[in-house]
Amino acid sequence: MILVVPKEILDREQRVAITPGNISTLQRLGYEVCIEADAGVQSAMPDQAYIDEGAVIINETKKIWSQADVVLKVNPPTMQEAGWIREGATLISFAYPARNEDLLKSLGQRKINWLAMDCVPRISRAQSMDALSSMANVAGYRAVVEASHAFGRFFTGQITAAGKVPPAKVLVIGAGVAGLAAIGAARNMGAMVRAFDTRPAVKEEVQSLGGEFLMLNFDEDGAGAGGYAKVMSKEFIEAEMKLFAEQAEEVDIIITTAMIPGKKSPVLLTGEMVRKMKPGSVIVDLAAEGGGNCELTEAGQKKVEYGVTILGYTDLPSRLPAQSSRLYGNNLVKLVSLLGEVKKFSINQKDEVIRGALVLDKGKVSWPPPKVEVSVQSAKPLETPVHKPVKEKKSFFSPGLMLGGLCILLLAMGWKGGNEFLDQLTVFVLSCFVGYMVVWNVTPSLHTPLMSVTNAISGIIVIGGMLFVSGSNPWIAGVAIFLATINVAGGFLVTHRMLKMFRKE
Amino acid sequence: MTEGLITMAYLVSGLLFILSLGGLSKQETARKGNIYGILGMTLAIVATFVSGEVENFKLLIPLMLAGAVIGALLAKRVEMTSMPELVAILHSFVGLAAVLVGLASFLDPSHGELSGTDQLIHDVEILLGVFIGGVTFTGSVIAFGKLRGSLSGKPLLLPGRHMINLVMLGASIWLGAQFVEQGHDQALISLLMVMGISFFLGVHLIVAIGGADMPVVVSMLNSYSGWAAAAAGFMLKNDLLIITGALVGSSGAILSYIMCKAMNRSLTNVIFGGFGTAGGSAATASEMEGTITEISADEVAEELKNAKEVMIVPGYGMAVAQAQHVVKDITETLRGKDVNVRFAIHPVAGRLPGHMNVLLAEANVPYDIVFEMDEINDGLPKVDVLLVVGANDIVNPSALEDSSSPIAGMPVIEAWNAKSVVALKRSMAAGYSGVENPLYFKDNTHMLFGDAKDTLSAVFSKLV
Repeated sequence: MILVVPKEILDREQRVAITPGNISTLQRLGYEVCIEADAGVQSAMPDQAYIDEGAVIINETKKIWSQADVVLKVNPPTMQEAGWIREGATLISFAYPARNEDLLKSLGQRKINWLAMDCVPRISRAQSMDALSSMANVAGYRAVVEASHAFGRFFTGQITAAGKVPPAKVLVIGAGVAGLAAIGAARNMGAMVRAFDTRPAVKEEVQSLGGEFLMLNFDEDGAGAGGYAKVMSKEFIEAEMKLFAEQAEEVDIIITTAMIPGKKSPVLLTGEMVRKMKPGSVIVDLAAEGGGNCELTEAGQKKVEYGVTILGYTDLPSRLPAQSSRLYGNNLVKLVSLLGEVKKFSINQKDEVIRGALVLDKGKVSWPPPKVEVSVQSAKPLETPVHKPVKEKKSFFSPGLMLGGLCILLLAMGWKGGNEFLDQLTVFVLSCFVGYMVVWNVTPSLHTPLMSVTNAISGIIVIGGMLFVSGSNPWIAGVAIFLATINVAGGFLVTHRMLKMFRKE
Repeated sequence: MTEGLITMAYLVSGLLFILSLGGLSKQETARKGNIYGILGMTLAIVATFVSGEVENFKLLIPLMLAGAVIGALLAKRVEMTSMPELVAILHSFVGLAAVLVGLASFLDPSHGELSGTDQLIHDVEILLGVFIGGVTFTGSVIAFGKLRGSLSGKPLLLPGRHMINLVMLGASIWLGAQFVEQGHDQALISLLMVMGISFFLGVHLIVAIGGADMPVVVSMLNSYSGWAAAAAGFMLKNDLLIITGALVGSSGAILSYIMCKAMNRSLTNVIFGGFGTAGGSAATASEMEGTITEISADEVAEELKNAKEVMIVPGYGMAVAQAQHVVKDITETLRGKDVNVRFAIHPVAGRLPGHMNVLLAEANVPYDIVFEMDEINDGLPKVDVLLVVGANDIVNPSALEDSSSPIAGMPVIEAWNAKSVVALKRSMAAGYSGVENPLYFKDNTHMLFGDAKDTLSAVFSKLV
């Protein structure tokens, strides 16, 4: 089978789908590898390097497309390229199926199998094929490099004979893969880095990279289904905006990474906040493609407003072509290996990774894939959940049903019962709710002590025994008292013993 | 003492109980919470003593003293590893006490004096108290047996068991109706029959639940024991009993709910499910790719020494082997060498909610290096060595990757993301769910076979 890598023709695209280092793996799988002339030049991978590894260089664009059984690309093909591809071939590239309907149709007519790198499900097993994460990693690093380029000062603080240099202060919004990469890079250059994310769970990761995690004094967790951030409440967003406004006045560089593929990016920095920033400050908006996290961002452009440089580059991974190509190539080859050796080549839809990535199946649109269960992994950029994670089993006792039933029951009792009974019922129902409120937030480590203390407390039934011990059947009540007392004493003492053991360092 | 004073004393002790539960929800306030509980109980008992309604002190005092001494001895002697058994058996005491109080209440002469709706309500209350108490009593005894290992942990599923449950429930209701209608002597027989049925129902319900679901069962019985006390409160017209029972009941219910959620199952599924019988067969051997690599204690020690980040995931195996102390020794030694050792606890590890936390606390492991599953899962790729000490299902990747697996969808500790995993295990037998664990076949997993205490002691001796 012939596997080809055409040159990327998109404007400003410098990456190439595979590197010379990937070729031996592909050959081992049985592929004959053809590379278009100059495909890797901009990634510093000259044709000779591919030839040395045993690839064939082909000079004619149309020819390379027409003979391919498998095509590996970075970007989705243009309509022109789609016209060249051989009928029935397999194409692996980024696809963005949500916004490329025409392309799907056109490739569909040619009975193409299209595996989308951006649709690889985010499960543990497929991490090595997660090109979105590897590109986000590059983008995060490059964002810092771009920022330092536009920023007229050092990142690190110094005290020199010519005067004191304060360190640059960097704020990273969104601690997904890109955000974390940016934190690490900025920190390594000596800047003071702070980061904000709606998910308190990433605090530790931010800190592990040397960043300071900004906390909102607000009790809401942004960890949504499947480890993605969810949309926050209005109050939360207000508190968040206030924090950004304060920070904008203080920091020199802001890097925003809150993107939602296929949707408009949330606006986190208003024009007013930009105006309050110090002149010479820099904003790098990684979400520019979706409209930007900053109101003033222009996608693909560098502009200066109120003395603040706003970078809305959308081609950050491509600006580090050698690195991006290397990572992307590795992701790609892992996915190709999943299709098996050439002799047994098959697009096995039972494999959930392949099923997830497959957007065209012999020309038939097979996107979006049926829902699969996604591993709960949180270190991902802010994106809307594509799959529903761990399915919640619907309980027979839905809250509404319970509440409704309870109301009917209570009304029925009110109709029939005597006054005294109703008083008791009031006490009972209220106590149930108090118990619910009080216990709801118990920390898991205290489950056992809580249970033993409630156990002791339920020994209160001893009172019942005491009230009857003077009656006609003292022994029945007596045994009850005896048992309940064991409970009271045992429960409290064992709780005490347990709690004594818990210590903090 | 006047009735008003008694009522207020009861109210105060009810408040103290609420404070007690509230205190127990946080580590810092937990001890205070326990003291509030003790105060509340003392106040309640003293108030009842001096209320004037109690006269038979000759019988009462020795019995209470004996109970207290036995309780204290139990609390002092119990091994932390057998905590679940103690809790279960204590539940059964409350259950039985509730049954007895119900009987006593029925036999009390004052019972005959009621009439009309009041009597109906009172009778229903007695029935409920006896019924719930009965189920709690035998259910807890069975749970106790299962936890001790004197009964098999496997679910015992009688054919048509749902039918049996329904028939028993129906019979209880019918008998209950008879009980309310009948004269005193015949009614006693009906009541005793209801009691018998509830005993059998308790056995039957719990026998059908597998050992791995015991955390849910124990907290559920905890809840039942509360409801039994509340029912007793209704029949005695005693607000304190109602308040306390309701508190305990809802607290137990919440705990059961939390446990169920940790296993991604509904409460009905746990109670009536009979685990592993419906849907998805156990993973077949053919799906297990790769081989098992064994590792020696020396090599484990070497790996630990060279690590920067170590994570320990304890499971029931640690409790069985009583390995918590040597785990702590290893932790201390490594921390002395500047290795960051932390613990990851799955919500349903062990046989009791929070079981692992208690064991680690007993071994004097500081609780601020002990983390919950959700707190650490994301950080696992940075962990150099992850030690799985006698845990199985809670680190099983098939829960996430294999949708046909019986444990599919259960949140698990994603141990396989660590750079290197060492799994301590007695043998290659499957966990309680009977599911094969692909973790053991992964390239970065090594197995250290043997009793966790022995193997870890060997590791420890190489560390120092």
